[in-house]
Amino acid sequence: MLGKLGIEALPLDQPIVVWTFVVVALLGVAILGLVTYYGKWQYLWTDWITSVDHKRIGIMYILFAVVMLLRGFADALMMRLQQALAATGGAGYLPPHHYDQIFTAHGVIMIFFVATPFILGLMNFVVPLQIGARDVAYPFLNSFSFWLTVMGGILVMISLFIGDFAAVGWVAYPPLSELGYSPTVGVDYFIWALQLSGLGTLISGINFIMTIFKMRAPGMTFMRLPVFTWTALITNILIVAIFPVLTATLALLSADRMLGMHFFTNELGGNAMMYINLIWVWGHPEVYVLVLPAFGVYSEVVSTFSGKPLFGYKGMVYATCSIGVLSFFVWLHHFFTMGSGADVNAFFGIMTSLISIPTGVKLFNWLFTMYKGRIRYHSSMLWSIGFMATFAFGGMTGVMLAIPGVDFVVHNSLFLVAHFHNVIIGGVVFALFAGLNFWFPKAFGFTLNETWGKIAFWFWFIGYWLAWTPMYVLGFKGMTRRLNHFNQPDWVPYLNVAFVGAVLIGIGTVAILIQLAVSIRDRKINADVTGDPWEGRSLEWATHSPVPFYNFAHTPVVTSLEQHWDDKKAGIDPNTVRPYEDIHMPRNTGTGFIIAIFGFIMCFALVWHIWWLAIIGFVGAIATFIVRTYDMDTDYYVPAAEVERIEAQYAHAAKGGV
Amino acid sequence: MSSVSSIHADDGAHHHAHDDSKKTIVGFWLYLMTDCLIFASLFATFGVLANATAGAPGAKQLFDLNYVAVETLFLLLSSFTFGVAVINVHKQNKGGALAWLALTFLLGLAFIGMEVHEFSHLIAENAGPGRSAFLSAYFGLVGTHGLHVTMGLLWLGVIMHQVSKFGLNAVMERRIACLSLFWHFLDLVWVCVFSIVYLGGVL
Amino acid sequence: MSYSKGKYLLLLMATLALSGCSDLELLNPKGSVGEQEKNLILLSMGVMLCVVIPVVALSLFFAWHYRASNPNAKHDPTWHHSTAIEIVVWGIPIAIVAFLGWRIWVTTHALDPYRKLDSAAAAVEVDVVALNWKWLFIYPQYGVATVNVLNIPVNRPINFHLTSDSNMNSFFIPQLGSQIYAMAGMETQLHLMGTEVGTYPGRSTAFSGPGFSGMHFPAHVQTDEQFNAWVKDAHNSTNALDDTAYLALRKDSEDNPETVYGSVKSELFQAITTQYDCTQENSLRREGDVSHCTQSGSVVMENH
Repeated sequence: MLGKLGIEALPLDQPIVVWTFVVVALLGVAILGLVTYYGKWQYLWTDWITSVDHKRIGIMYILFAVVMLLRGFADALMMRLQQALAATGGAGYLPPHHYDQIFTAHGVIMIFFVATPFILGLMNFVVPLQIGARDVAYPFLNSFSFWLTVMGGILVMISLFIGDFAAVGWVAYPPLSELGYSPTVGVDYFIWALQLSGLGTLISGINFIMTIFKMRAPGMTFMRLPVFTWTALITNILIVAIFPVLTATLALLSADRMLGMHFFTNELGGNAMMYINLIWVWGHPEVYVLVLPAFGVYSEVVSTFSGKPLFGYKGMVYATCSIGVLSFFVWLHHFFTMGSGADVNAFFGIMTSLISIPTGVKLFNWLFTMYKGRIRYHSSMLWSIGFMATFAFGGMTGVMLAIPGVDFVVHNSLFLVAHFHNVIIGGVVFALFAGLNFWFPKAFGFTLNETWGKIAFWFWFIGYWLAWTPMYVLGFKGMTRRLNHFNQPDWVPYLNVAFVGAVLIGIGTVAILIQLAVSIRDRKINADVTGDPWEGRSLEWATHSPVPFYNFAHTPVVTSLEQHWDDKKAGIDPNTVRPYEDIHMPRNTGTGFIIAIFGFIMCFALVWHIWWLAIIGFVGAIATFIVRTYDMDTDYYVPAAEVERIEAQYAHAAKGGV
Repeated sequence: MSSVSSIHADDGAHHHAHDDSKKTIVGFWLYLMTDCLIFASLFATFGVLANATAGAPGAKQLFDLNYVAVETLFLLLSSFTFGVAVINVHKQNKGGALAWLALTFLLGLAFIGMEVHEFSHLIAENAGPGRSAFLSAYFGLVGTHGLHVTMGLLWLGVIMHQVSKFGLNAVMERRIACLSLFWHFLDLVWVCVFSIVYLGGVL
Repeated sequence: MSYSKGKYLLLLMATLALSGCSDLELLNPKGSVGEQEKNLILLSMGVMLCVVIPVVALSLFFAWHYRASNPNAKHDPTWHHSTAIEIVVWGIPIAIVAFLGWRIWVTTHALDPYRKLDSAAAAVEVDVVALNWKWLFIYPQYGVATVNVLNIPVNRPINFHLTSDSNMNSFFIPQLGSQIYAMAGMETQLHLMGTEVGTYPGRSTAFSGPGFSGMHFPAHVQTDEQFNAWVKDAHNSTNALDDTAYLALRKDSEDNPETVYGSVKSELFQAITTQYDCTQENSLRREGDVSHCTQSGSVVMENH
């Protein structure tokens, strides 16, 4: 009846997990209780869960990413503590069975459920505003994408309390991830969580390409696209090109595990090397999916807070495009040590180091954007400067890893781990926080507290260097990644410093939460009534804060790259009262949410081989979608009078009214 | 920004239905390209594993080209009949469109029926997907195509019902255009399957 | 100024790292391959630091100098293009990558793990099998084998042939140089040479499951006399590695002690690599056993 699911799937014998569950359950009950007490269910359903508004979906993406960041970070702390404790031959406090799940979950969560949704959240919120659109190309699919990602995240979280998670590393190489070596449901949770969120990301990719191609305001040619939107465009093209490969690869792995097939097994002709190739055909461009929009954020922030246009806009666009193209020709550098010939290794090594050319150009461009500027040290600018000082080293170690002769000795070492944290924390995560501080007032109408913002930056920045510099050194000392215990007293000081660094990053993370809380408390004091708190340059600063649901009362007309900046120089106020028109908007719908719920039911059932439930989930999802296609009333018009009333409210608030 | 209202009036509300339709079809085409990449991955997999028969029977022993040729004929014909259906849609001939869609459905059903029969035959001969990596790759590739066609049949059924219910309005024309892209795409994929898997395997 | 704090921290880290050079195994190699790889590390790092350090320093300097509160800084709010600068900022990385690309091509061929080392001394063959979770080393020239301990003579090329009879692992002795994957059903090669007598830790670097942490071994690089004495001693061991002993050894086990086998069934390594090829007979595949060539079965399953 319940497939492989039984009472023994509950990890009642593991006190850490049980107490986590108790805390999570209490928190959950408390939140549900509060929502009920304040009677907010209706509000949640109509204004958020069923919303197809790209801004609300963007906000929910980021909220989800922050929650998952806490989980992913808890994993990181536990790993650092285990290695610090188990470096002198002891067992530490986490047995391999548990520790291996933690490092796998850490990687999976940070990439798929923190970095990716955070980036998607920023793109959702910012891109339509930057191109002067009212929403994305397919608002309903946008809501569907978001809920698929959330359901994937929930599946990973559930694995903590029902069954176990994969213990195979975040890319789940076979044959280790095959049924023979991983007989529990852990890898199945991994597969189905990624299938859900991967489908969400793929649909999102199609959505944003079409949004940027088809929804730009009149006059916005491609060479007038703000750089963030450019990077978003390339990122979404990458998404569309690589996520199908991930879907196919994971489907084949699950076919091996569920149907006894032999794609990647040792037995009967399976070929594990094929999986490794396929997963990195997806995996390497994936890091550019994350880092390109991050570069876009820095471009916006550095230019805004230097009070200057971005240096070398065209160069920036070409660099972004060439990174996008090159990213497809480098995947083999993840396994130079597999025994490919010298010609093949050398080719991929050279292709990889080529990527450092456009990336280096970008660094120079930010540098010269600051040159002769008037730099204001807003916290998002601090994150950007911190990025420049950090990322260059990550780029250097990346090129080192791209040299096969060097990779032969640092492959799979902590040097590698330090490298990708260097570029992902110093590149992507710093950008996420820069973007958060930068665009927050646009979303909520008040700015974030600067004191706590800067505290958070300094703890993260110093914490990063303390945590990861020793890892580089340990890599040179021959320390391998994913070790549970080892007897190497000379590694201990480095591991201890790294642990301290992780604790500092933890304090930085708490500081961000405090920053949010303090800012919400002080929202009246820090209200942004101008809609343009940072002297912005692109179109999102031309509308009000918080942005009305229709984005722009009048569709902007674009005549230059920095439209809003040039308008300000010319003394044009975008919010001048003019005759309004009816605005065409999509209706909210719960369909995306409901299909995602059915998808979740199906995937959970597939994990546990509960076939009847899987069928219910599948049929439910398809049926819900079909029902939706019979609903022809999916959009409506906002009357001009309603627009006028809303605009008048903003005008009143801007004059000091409340 | 003084010219805002005039430009807006030009390309705004009045044309949104038409724009939407174009946007949807191009977006759907983009989706098909992603689907194409899934098939590309499966073809690559098949290419790698084509000789990994692990002692089990291979293509020469298993495939009957005549049988597959008939199967192929059904699918190619269904693409033709779908084309005729679309011509009828453009002529706003509801009855004709429905009839040709129904014929397409039957041809697709025949194709799937033959494929299911072929699969069950192979499994009965102890040449199921778990027997060797070659057979895994074969069932994986051909089965994925079959699943697509099956979903296409479901979609076709829904479309026929919707045409009879809503008539040939702009929304239905758009949906039929998308389904038609999907159907021809599957046909194209099948041509590759037939050439690479069956012809390439047996000859 | 708070930015300089970050800079000091960087410098501190760099000094810490460099002062401990001799403690860094990769920068203190004991093998000919490792020596070349050390030089490659230093060369590539040195060339790139020539740009990275100025860029980082300039970033921090510009960020500080052009602060809004500095009345002495020049201000040009519209300046955003300079063909000369653009040429330089594209030119510098292109020049570095051109240089590194040339070095990559040359060194990748010179350091190809499959390339036999140039040496007049006679080579020693070692067959390596990665098992869950231990390393099996077979010396086909001497008919002996070991588990979790490797003895090799100094200044003689060692030709490793590697395979796995379980998960993928990566065979690595940091101070000797390159690593290479060991994968089931196939053979990879690695050529190394120890240049200094001593004991160097080796391990698997590719995660292979719960017993992974225990997959380490000491690599003893010995003088010819010591090595010959060791081989003679090994022959005295009564442990014999035949099919039965091997099939017992391949079962999952963790933290295995160092073991020496005084005799090894000939062609055992070949039997291990070819047992996944179901078109051929194989002595390791027994009638009635759950084997690599039966459907929906994996040898590992019975171990769980």
